[in-house]
Amino acid sequence: MRRLILALCVIAAPALAVQPDEILDDPALEARAREISAGLRCLVCRNESIDDSNAQLARDLRLLVRERLVAGDTNEETVDYIVARYGEYVLLRPTTRGANLLLWLAGPLMLGAGLIVAGAYLRRRAEAPEPETARLSAQEEARLRELMRE
Amino acid sequence: MIVELGHFALILACLVAVLQSTIPLIGAHKRWPGWMAMAEPAAVAQLLLTAAAFAALTHAFVTSDFSVRLVVLNSHTDKPMLYKVTGVWGNHEGSMLLWVLIVALFGAAVAWFGTNLPPTLKARVLAVQGMIGLAFILFILLTSNPFLRMAVPPFNGQDLNPLLQDPGLAFHPPFLYLGYVGLSMTFSFAVAALIEGRVDAAWGRWVRPWTLAAWVFLTIGIGLGSWWAYYELGWGGFWFWDPVENASFMPWLIAAALLHSAIVVEKREALKSWTILMAIIAFGFSMVGAFITRSGVLTSVHAFATDPERGVFLLAILAVFMIGALTLFAMRAGVMQARGVFSMVSRESALVLNNILLSVAAFVVFVGTIWPLVAEMAFDRKLSVGAPFFNAAFSPFMLALGLVLPIGAMLPWKRARLGRIMRALMPALVLALAIGALAWAMQSGRSALGPVGLFLAAWLIMGAGIDLWSRTGRGQGRLARLTRLPRADWGKAVAHAGLGVTMAGVAAMMAWQQEDIRVMRTGDEVTLAGHTIRLDEVHEIEGPNYLSTTATFTLSRGGRVLGQMHPEKRVYPVAAMPTTEAALDNGFLRDIYIALGDRQEGGGWAVRSYYKPLANWIWGGSILMALGGFLSLSDRRFRVAAGARRQVQGVPAE
Repeated sequence: MRRLILALCVIAAPALAVQPDEILDDPALEARAREISAGLRCLVCRNESIDDSNAQLARDLRLLVRERLVAGDTNEETVDYIVARYGEYVLLRPTTRGANLLLWLAGPLMLGAGLIVAGAYLRRRAEAPEPETARLSAQEEARLRELMRE
Repeated sequence: MIVELGHFALILACLVAVLQSTIPLIGAHKRWPGWMAMAEPAAVAQLLLTAAAFAALTHAFVTSDFSVRLVVLNSHTDKPMLYKVTGVWGNHEGSMLLWVLIVALFGAAVAWFGTNLPPTLKARVLAVQGMIGLAFILFILLTSNPFLRMAVPPFNGQDLNPLLQDPGLAFHPPFLYLGYVGLSMTFSFAVAALIEGRVDAAWGRWVRPWTLAAWVFLTIGIGLGSWWAYYELGWGGFWFWDPVENASFMPWLIAAALLHSAIVVEKREALKSWTILMAIIAFGFSMVGAFITRSGVLTSVHAFATDPERGVFLLAILAVFMIGALTLFAMRAGVMQARGVFSMVSRESALVLNNILLSVAAFVVFVGTIWPLVAEMAFDRKLSVGAPFFNAAFSPFMLALGLVLPIGAMLPWKRARLGRIMRALMPALVLALAIGALAWAMQSGRSALGPVGLFLAAWLIMGAGIDLWSRTGRGQGRLARLTRLPRADWGKAVAHAGLGVTMAGVAAMMAWQQEDIRVMRTGDEVTLAGHTIRLDEVHEIEGPNYLSTTATFTLSRGGRVLGQMHPEKRVYPVAAMPTTEAALDNGFLRDIYIALGDRQEGGGWAVRSYYKPLANWIWGGSILMALGGFLSLSDRRFRVAAGARRQVQGVPAE
């Protein structure tokens, strides 16, 4: 039984995530609901958004999102409402607050560092003197002489 | 009996690995030819012994020997023969055995084909490879023995996870492992070169085929996995930025960087220490991948057999090899001096930029993958890092890579003039911009993703074409010369164009996919992006080891019937697991994708249908990239000129 439950919410997600009966009549509102739910994590699943998940909890959250939208909330208010209840763990797109700034800036900072180091390296290479070509060992010289004779 | 022989063979392989990782190393240090020569027979013996162990386990699966615990847990008599065989690696223990087999296979391949290597280097490479084999064989023997027997054998097995009973996934792990473990070869070459204290053009040439082979296998493996997810998981997603996917993607990115920097080592004797570092890190990421999949530290869609004890063991292997290799690297940094001189605008600089973009992209994926762990341990925050982060943080690097690639690929070595290259590429740039603008004009008010993706794709594909054409020189007979170009040139162009094709597919699918979700009764019709889909009937079918609910849809366009589609819902009673088998109508420009859902209370079936533009381009591009790699591998330059240094050493002073 445990395997079945796992299967249902973890991997298998048989076909339908968003059920036909959940869909709102207003296409604009529904589009917003889809956009929001693609960014919210299904809490009992592994790394799936509630939009993709087949778990019951994901369905409850999808309905909740739609409920808030119908009640007139903006996208931000809806997301805040859910984060207030389930914590920032539900956000698939982490915030930029606090230490998360490090996460978001890791790429740009590393790119900057890489470009600076590479720039310095390339300048050194451009200014380096041509290495003398005759840097062969005695053994290699002998081999070269032999080749030249052939 | 056969199972015990397999176990015994693995123990023997372990002992051989001990010899292989010590004797040749001492021999190479003391210049004792006999001790060095020990490496080759040891590598071959290790292959034979691990192959015997693997064959014994396969025999147990094929004959459904339910006295073996692993077979009970992962097989069933009703399972088709193909999946009995693939069930061998569809679990933790068996897949580790496959891993070890491939380590031994690569070692033996060096013993057989590395005839042009200097004896000391060869002995050291095989010794390091032996150490890797030893570590993983010990891991199997001590924590994950696949040969355990059951005290009371049951009558039948518990069946392999039904999701794994699929041709796409059956061959996904072997290719992935060939890639992961192929990178162990470049690691061995790097460590051997560090011990040797010599990194030169010849080393670059020797290590490149192995890197290329590993990268090709990784490309195929990742492509297969993504294709499987696309048709099997039921909503046509092809990439989820799941920790385990990232674990395979990071080595791929690093291997791609390594592939290009090794060219600079080979042709220009520069970037040596960087290339060695990349070779070490690439295999490091492979082992991080093994650790993530099997430790359960990061929960993911397909982590299997997670176990803390195994995780700690794998972490220890990772730490020993990385700390050892990096210490050696720090000690020998002095010997790896660059010799080539080149200006800021040159092929060398372009390849440096390629390496920065690819390795920083891999770094972003790495940080995003482990961030939830870091945040929880260091900042006491439980948070998720999902697809939206990666799409935002990773994509710019690919965009930049795509923009500079065609230019960099055409720059000459040493010193280049940008103006000449740009003049040659101008037709491609103009046409690509036109295609992007056209896409922009045809869509209304949606994201820039689609047009930008198509622009990049056109730019990459045509850029690769112009690059190839420019190599044919001037005057008469260019077409004839085109066919006689070295295979490596063709490989480069094909692989670069393949990247463009994949980018087009990814961008189009993310920007222009259309979806329809509704309840359909027999006879109902849906119109989706100009196509009409009609539900004809739904009936029950019994498969070999599953029960299926199969629907029949008729797909038509403008009144013309294009064909019938049969999406299924399956239940595997033994594993008690449902799966969906979506139906696809493949086309060059689009896929139509139908997934059948549950029967509704008021009658009818929930049906999800999708229009997926350029879907097959994603995997078509992957195939092209792999093909490009193969073309380069088959270039005769790898074989003919590779012997240069050995002859030097083999000639006695007259």
